Amino acid sequence: MELILVNIIDGLVTGLLLFMLSAGLTLIFSMMGVLNFAHASFYMLGAYFAYEISTYLGFWMGLLVAPLLVGVVGAGVERYGLRRVHQYGHVPELIFTFGLALLIEELVKFIWGNDQVPYQIPEILEGAAFTISSYNIPAYKVFMIFLSLIIFGGLLYVLTKTRVGMIIQAALSYPRTVEALGHNVPLVFMGVFGVGTALAGVAGVIAGPVLSTFPGMAFVLGSIVFVTIVIGGLGSLGGALCAALIIGWLTTFAKAYNVRMEDILTGIGFEKPEPLWDSAWSDLWTLTSPQIADILPYLLMVLILVFRPYGLFGKRDV
Amino acid sequence: MTPALEINNLHKSFGKAEIIRGIDLSIGQSERHAIIGPNGAGKSTLFNLITGRFAASSGKVSLHGQDLAGLAPFEINRLGLSRSFQITNIFPKMTVFENVRCALLWAKGYKYSFWHMVSRSRDLTEGADAILEQINLTARRDLPAGVLSYAEQRALEIGITIAGGADVIMLDEPTAGMSHSETDYIVDLIRKVTEGKTLVMVEHDMGVVFGLADRISVLVYGEIIATGKPEEVRGNPRVQEAYLGAALEAEH
Amino acid sequence: MTDISQNPQARQHGGVTLRVAMPWIVGAFLILVLPFVFQSNSAITIMNQMSITIIFALSYNMLLGQGGMLSFGHAVYMGMGGFLCVHVMNWDMFGSLPLPVLPIFGGIMGMVMALIIGSFSTRKAGTVFAMISLGVGELIAACSVIIVVFFGGEEGISGDRTYGMPFLGYEFLSQIEVYYLIGFWLFVSALLMFLFSRTPIGRMANAVRDNPERAEFLGYSSRWVRFNSFVAAGFFAGIAGGLFAISYEILTEENLNLVTSGSILLVTFLGGVGVFFGPIIGAIVFTLLQTVLSLETEIWSLYVGALFVATVMFFPSGLAGVLMMHAPAFKLGKWQMLIVPYIKTLVPAALCIVGIAGIVEILFHARHSAVGETEMTLFWITFDHTSIMPWIVFAVLAIVGFWITRKTAPDLVEAWHAATTPDEVSR
Repeated sequence: MELILVNIIDGLVTGLLLFMLSAGLTLIFSMMGVLNFAHASFYMLGAYFAYEISTYLGFWMGLLVAPLLVGVVGAGVERYGLRRVHQYGHVPELIFTFGLALLIEELVKFIWGNDQVPYQIPEILEGAAFTISSYNIPAYKVFMIFLSLIIFGGLLYVLTKTRVGMIIQAALSYPRTVEALGHNVPLVFMGVFGVGTALAGVAGVIAGPVLSTFPGMAFVLGSIVFVTIVIGGLGSLGGALCAALIIGWLTTFAKAYNVRMEDILTGIGFEKPEPLWDSAWSDLWTLTSPQIADILPYLLMVLILVFRPYGLFGKRDV
Repeated sequence: MTPALEINNLHKSFGKAEIIRGIDLSIGQSERHAIIGPNGAGKSTLFNLITGRFAASSGKVSLHGQDLAGLAPFEINRLGLSRSFQITNIFPKMTVFENVRCALLWAKGYKYSFWHMVSRSRDLTEGADAILEQINLTARRDLPAGVLSYAEQRALEIGITIAGGADVIMLDEPTAGMSHSETDYIVDLIRKVTEGKTLVMVEHDMGVVFGLADRISVLVYGEIIATGKPEEVRGNPRVQEAYLGAALEAEH
Repeated sequence: MTDISQNPQARQHGGVTLRVAMPWIVGAFLILVLPFVFQSNSAITIMNQMSITIIFALSYNMLLGQGGMLSFGHAVYMGMGGFLCVHVMNWDMFGSLPLPVLPIFGGIMGMVMALIIGSFSTRKAGTVFAMISLGVGELIAACSVIIVVFFGGEEGISGDRTYGMPFLGYEFLSQIEVYYLIGFWLFVSALLMFLFSRTPIGRMANAVRDNPERAEFLGYSSRWVRFNSFVAAGFFAGIAGGLFAISYEILTEENLNLVTSGSILLVTFLGGVGVFFGPIIGAIVFTLLQTVLSLETEIWSLYVGALFVATVMFFPSGLAGVLMMHAPAFKLGKWQMLIVPYIKTLVPAALCIVGIAGIVEILFHARHSAVGETEMTLFWITFDHTSIMPWIVFAVLAIVGFWITRKTAPDLVEAWHAATTPDEVSR
């Protein structure tokens, strides 16, 4: 029972992190129709910027400044890159962001090298916040959860209570109309792209110390973020939240509980082949849930796309 | 004789809004039929329902007596119904010749073949060139279709529509946005290429409608309020009240 | 219709004309004689890699260029073809199978995979297709580590091509024999893919790419058209995989993953998706960049990434597109007009790039070399990265080069316009 609670918290951390990335991606996609392949690269930039700043000014300054820097870089990419490619159509845009992801990874390697950098959590957040029976819940995880919730609160406030938020919300459902009303000025595009990438930057800043900061970190998370918004339904913030939590919990629980295929197969009446190593099905028999935890999101996405192409909550066709 | 196109009690709603509210219409073989009506009457929706672009909420459309319910656009096309679009809908990157040739492929029986070379097939090349001749675009043959003038693109659109040899041709506002001389050119073209075929068209230009159509249907708020020969429709008081009167007055 | 028969561009009804066949004759000739020009073993290895990449890129372009389908998982079909071929090499019956036939197994495997995946992924083009291809690609790449029986886990599976039945006395022990085997398949595959684009289904693939709705109203199911192209592309990717298996005799997870899928997108786009021979150029240039640059500098992939992004931004039609822009100048016989403007622009542009690359290299060395090791060699000159002189030299090169390029570029554009428009008689 306690283990379940611990895993729920772990899954929540992963889910919220995924949502912080997918929220920005969803906003960008809804407004501009661009699936930003390089979104996770901005998450990586957030982590690296924060690391660099933290070596001079400490973790908290990094947390404050790095996302802003990432947002500025993002806005610059929109202004000088994406806007140019936009005229060629959606497929070149997607290819552009794909190339950008490659380029950012190479730039990060160029500046910070191929190895992991020692980006650490601040001393004050080291240690456990509380314990559930014998399991320690690290203070940093609690901090991550709270910070994410605060940011989502802020985002929700901006989206529902401010004028800019209204425009963005309208654009989620009726992009053409908003365009026709003259709101879709390039400035709003740039702003949304900047804010979206800055959100990814925040995720990078707080995830960097726990998931380790290395040049492949964008690659590891990048396709999962894509998977998240596709499962949730492109353009749906609620769907993205739902999908992010599902994926967070799915992978956490699959890793925590060692469900073995052998047990399932014998459970439904198959006989274990002897000797196992000689059987063509040996891989199936030795399969365990931690092994497949990382591919479960992809499996889920393919199933969703085949049977429910709009995703869980999506209305718009992609 | 079965009518070329028959529509029975057709309904279509988008959410709560009922756009098509029970249409019955029968269009005979080789008839030139025009559908007119004020903006928002549901003319384009009716077109889209007939050609399978939208699914009807209820009712029946049959082509030569065959029910079209549940058929995809490409299946309806194969039964001998071809349409043009209100907004020019061609293959802009391909040459004019290739546009027409693509329209010929299915009708000439090439289907999904990957063992024929299109350029080595005499009937395709000659067929496409004959159509280019018909629509007066032979001189533009090797240009990308996207660079043609508006009127030429509309002509090409009609060429693509008739190329497959369908016997029911549906044209959605073929003269929209054209000057007088361009309109005359397109009207002559339509008359020429639909010889002996069933034509159904939506049109705003009353000159075109009364010049071309054998029969006219007036669509107002999703219902057909009158169908008949041009002079009958012109004389129908309901039509005059609803729509035509204003238009005719404006013309005089 | 007499005017058409006089038109030099008119489609031919009769036999194959020399004009149409010429590129293929030249291509076959090049495949035959290149090993006599570049005789070293490493050159032949590079050419083998190039040929395989060409087939793979052409197959990829059947999707992206011809069919308008952006795939992030094309490595799956090549990889699966390759894996099956390695398994075939390890069968007992391989001894009675001539090696040149082996790639067909790969092709069939690629085709079967494409049949399965295409049955649901080709429903739509655009973003949905791209996402499904990504998901399936990641899924299969991840499975390869789990399903050890087929994929061999982390270390992959390997075979030995020389166990096959000798073919006309050749056992394919040497690189050059493998080269001609690959060359044969390169020619056959490229020709077949070219011919495919000229068939009714190939033409309709273009039509569906440009306007799927219109194609539907011409009697074609756009999904079925896409599915056909997809399966054909899977077949040729599988052929490339089979050739990879023959050439390297080992396949690993790397052959299936997103990196490989992404790099073939890069190759194809770099070469140009709009023209049939675009991917061929892309594959040649990319392989050369990869092999030559990676010898010279550690950060070659940074340059390739920058080149790719620049291509998408400034030349979305790729290298082939840039070449094709000059076709009218050659037709009009005015290409000489372009030589001087090109020299005026390209030389300073090259200097600018050298300057930037120099600064980038010095920066890299200064940041990542071992402590105390300040000496570096760049462009055959050895210097100390702490001294200020090299910085100044490269900065000056970059700035001056950039400045001159900006100055002369408008002249080049103007010259290009002049050279590609026919002279007007009235003037």
